[in-house]
Amino acid sequence: MNRSLTERLWAAALWLLVGFFILNLTALIATVITSSFATRWLGTWFPADFTTRWYFSAWDEFQLGDVLIVTFEVVFAVVVLAGLLGVPAAYAMARRNFPGKKLLMLLFLLPLLVPPITYGIPMATVLYKTGLGGTLAGVILANLVPTVPFVILVMIPFIEQIDPRIEAAARVFGAGTLRLFIYVLLPILTPGVLAALLLVLVRTIGMFELTFLTAGPTSQTLVVALYYAVFAAGVRAVQSIDAMAVIYMATTLVWLLIALRFVNPTQIVARAKQAR
Amino acid sequence: MSTVASTVAPIRAAAPSLRLRLAATGIDGVTLLLLPAALFLIALFIYPFIYGFVLSFEPKQGGTLSNYQRFFSDSYFANTVATTMKIALPVTLLNLTLAIPIAFRVRLLRRQRLLTTFLVLPITLGTVLVAEGMLFYFGPQGWFNRTLMTLGLISHPVRLVHNYWGVLISLVITGFPFTFLLTLSYITGIDPSLEQAAATLGAKPAARFRHIFWPLLLPGLAITFCLSFVQAYSVFPSAVLVGEPAAATRVISIAAYQSAFEDYDYSMASAIAMIMAATQLIVVLAVFAGRALVYRGPVASGKG
Repeated sequence: MNRSLTERLWAAALWLLVGFFILNLTALIATVITSSFATRWLGTWFPADFTTRWYFSAWDEFQLGDVLIVTFEVVFAVVVLAGLLGVPAAYAMARRNFPGKKLLMLLFLLPLLVPPITYGIPMATVLYKTGLGGTLAGVILANLVPTVPFVILVMIPFIEQIDPRIEAAARVFGAGTLRLFIYVLLPILTPGVLAALLLVLVRTIGMFELTFLTAGPTSQTLVVALYYAVFAAGVRAVQSIDAMAVIYMATTLVWLLIALRFVNPTQIVARAKQAR
Repeated sequence: MSTVASTVAPIRAAAPSLRLRLAATGIDGVTLLLLPAALFLIALFIYPFIYGFVLSFEPKQGGTLSNYQRFFSDSYFANTVATTMKIALPVTLLNLTLAIPIAFRVRLLRRQRLLTTFLVLPITLGTVLVAEGMLFYFGPQGWFNRTLMTLGLISHPVRLVHNYWGVLISLVITGFPFTFLLTLSYITGIDPSLEQAAATLGAKPAARFRHIFWPLLLPGLAITFCLSFVQAYSVFPSAVLVGEPAAATRVISIAAYQSAFEDYDYSMASAIAMIMAATQLIVVLAVFAGRALVYRGPVASGKG
């Protein structure tokens, strides 16, 4: 009896903690959204009145049209290139054993383990020396550094669980490498590739450090533009920065919701476990 | 591929071609698919690191080691290591001590998905957005302070942004979900029949945790600690936006960024980046050394 009471108290305390965290998180996001629709919000629980005009002023002030185009160009290029570089490499890693494989695995793990700001500064230095710094190409290259290994590490276990006899059977029936790829591998791999690339997409929209270090004035993505807006707060109305934050949230969350239909939320974090 | 090599080789006299010999060790057309990704990472990850390492020994002025001498003799630079440690270590410990008991509860939950979806939000939205939201929400006029004042817990608004606590809170908001989800994935990887067996033999919850879960979980927790710590240690946007970037939260990444993009001293910036990497490595090695002291046994968790 006594033990079950302490156990219940312990459980209640833990759920209270989780509830407190989620409550604050939700309230924090709600603050941003409410403020973006507020006419004036000073010293009260709720704003005086609501309006949508901040969205129009934010769109003009921050050139959000251009920023969004750059964001989608970067994200699209990163997703396609990460897939093209990562999936074949993952296939080779899953199917072949060769000397130096462990070393190669380390090469693919390191960019995910070392935080972006640590390797980003020497990388940005190299990119600026070669003239790629500050350009769209530089931002795309920088963002590929963590995403290519990410695709590889997500795809290796997925490819490993495909029975290699399927490919052998196709070979027996006389399929060449190209036909094998188009008719056998592609259909089987599509769900896994789709999931991996959606995760890459969500991560690239939110990737701040690498883009921040390599972007010039014309190659800023949404999250970097948001940083500069918050950094220079005071120049612009708070509500218009909040409107921009809501636009950023919307672009991220749409893709997150789509991604979550195909993957488990823990997959966004727990890549280290799969990498074993 | 090795079967192909062994059947074809005897027909072709004694010496098999180079191609077949390579295929026997596992190197053939398929293995070459690795080349583009590997070369890309060598060019943009390994090479910059080596380049930065060499560059850090070629300072703008002074001898080979003058960048490092400057870093450790000038308190404006040297203090950043302690400042960053003072933020990163408590945050990592706090996140981990919260994550372990909560993950043990959530493990029993049938509908984890809703909770994990909620927790993935701050990770995907990123530190910039969290910092932006914090400025108002935790500010003197925000809902957080208002609620506390209405409840009578405080008489004046507590200052929670533009100081040490702002960075700490922001790192808990983005770091706790990361730590928690990683811990959860390790805990769910432990075979539940092990715990059931212990319970059948009469072990109480505390004893089950101490003797079953703890040793199995320790390797995973060490990795979780390292990954969380390394992330907290490289905090940048929130240290600027919700911290006090000139004083209490002048973290090492701010010093590196300022050297590179405000002073245009790439050599010094590379040196700071190398020091950043080295200090992270020291903590990671310390964690694994500590783990080896606490527990010696198989590295893999109970999944087998």
